[in-house]
Amino acid sequence: MSTTDVQPPDSESTPNSHGGDHGSHDHDHPAFLAHHFDTPEQQFDSGKLGMWLFLVTEVLFFSGMFCAYAIFRMLRPEVFEGNSQFLNTKLGAINTGVLLFSSLTMAWAVRCAQTEEYKKLTMLLASTLSCAMVFLGVKSIEYSHKWGMGLNPAGYYTYNPANPHPEGQPNFLLWLCLPFAVITVGVLIWLAVSFVKKNTFQLACAKPLFVVCLSFFGGVGLGAILESGGDAEHADGDHAAAGDHADAHGDLHAAADGDHAAAESNETGDLTAIEALARNSANTGLQGELDARRRQLALADGTVMSDNTELVATIDEASGDVYTPRTAGVFFSIYYCMTGVHAIHILAGVGVMVWLLIRSIRQDFNRQYFGPVDYVGLYWHLVDLIWIYLFPLLYLIR
Amino acid sequence: MSAHGHSDDGTDFAHPMPLPLLFGVFFALVILTIITVFQANFDLGSFDIVVVMGIATVKAALVAFFFMHLAFDKPFNIILFLGSFVFVGLFVIFTLGDSRMTSDSFEPIIDDPIASEVVPAETGM
Repeated sequence: MSTTDVQPPDSESTPNSHGGDHGSHDHDHPAFLAHHFDTPEQQFDSGKLGMWLFLVTEVLFFSGMFCAYAIFRMLRPEVFEGNSQFLNTKLGAINTGVLLFSSLTMAWAVRCAQTEEYKKLTMLLASTLSCAMVFLGVKSIEYSHKWGMGLNPAGYYTYNPANPHPEGQPNFLLWLCLPFAVITVGVLIWLAVSFVKKNTFQLACAKPLFVVCLSFFGGVGLGAILESGGDAEHADGDHAAAGDHADAHGDLHAAADGDHAAAESNETGDLTAIEALARNSANTGLQGELDARRRQLALADGTVMSDNTELVATIDEASGDVYTPRTAGVFFSIYYCMTGVHAIHILAGVGVMVWLLIRSIRQDFNRQYFGPVDYVGLYWHLVDLIWIYLFPLLYLIR
Repeated sequence: MSAHGHSDDGTDFAHPMPLPLLFGVFFALVILTIITVFQANFDLGSFDIVVVMGIATVKAALVAFFFMHLAFDKPFNIILFLGSFVFVGLFVIFTLGDSRMTSDSFEPIIDDPIASEVVPAETGM
């Protein structure tokens, strides 16, 4: 097409002659404009249409998982309610805020690419990246904590209420942090080398990227603080009164398995004992444990009810124990699948935004060529949009 | 000479979003997030899921129309993106309906410990 502008009669010129006359109308065809486009606007609109089509495939792709979620929640609502208690709403809410903020900085970055504010563009891309890393850091706290408790997908689900924090587990958090630590060290070395060699461009790239790497560990710290806010004390109390706990939990199992009526009174007896213990030692951690116990007890009560009215009981009433591997594993399969695929999308977003960051330092973008920033922005907002649905659907089930 | 349209007469196709709008949308999103966390403390019964999904959809619309620039985009892109949700709706509704009607025949056992109790009640589902 571009050749027709210069020499209309020779519209079907060979690639050779095309390459030859490419330089002659360079003033008409800036470097960022691919030769098969007439105008930057046409190039932008084509790219944007392609990006929207890609996002449509993403929506349909995620809809498969949302559909699986809807089916299992429709069939076993109590499993979702019960196991959602294991998800830390505080961490989920913080991650939602972090992602929303990264969406803001991304939208702002698109604006800066359009208005040619390069310093700001680099800063905003770096903060979007940092938010993405904070998100991943918090997520790795969540994952490692659950893996440590055996809250795994169906088939690997080993959670035992009598021993919620089994010893001898690998340090999952360490393994999750390891690749990020390696990358951080790599970027630090790159930073040092470019500083020594006085390579200003590479230094300008490595500096924000090093901050981005560090924010992963910031996210890990933030997640650890929030997680321990309700849980480290709980873990303390857990180990202090371990024997007592094991007793009570064992009884819970008995309640699920066999003599429900007898277990019920036994159970409440143990519960009052723990209640007293929690009050005496003024251990706030135990109170959280107590709360969880009461919930489990209520569920055990439900089983008792269905046992008594066995003949008229429907499956809906016989809710059963939602914490057994068979049922709870399904919830965690869905949880890990949905959040895991989402996290992979975050990682992909980090990858393309690093590319954008380097290009923005190179000042590649201008008011006629901001497509890449805009397209990545669209992708990033879609990832945010999916999390907007994931958060209430997984964390906020009561 | 369409090629001249872009550079000299300054026809910019870029549409920078005004900053107050971006910040306004961000704060609306944060407030909606706080509301959705807060409402989880109340028992709204079967309306629960409707409220939660309603808030999430308002948030998604804010992100799509302002952050994703959809409100100022070409109509074709809007149709494309919103159309995908029509198909998601069809997909989920038909699959849920099918699953509601046929799942009992595939999954009669609710859980191992109480499987024996459940069997007589199977027809009641």
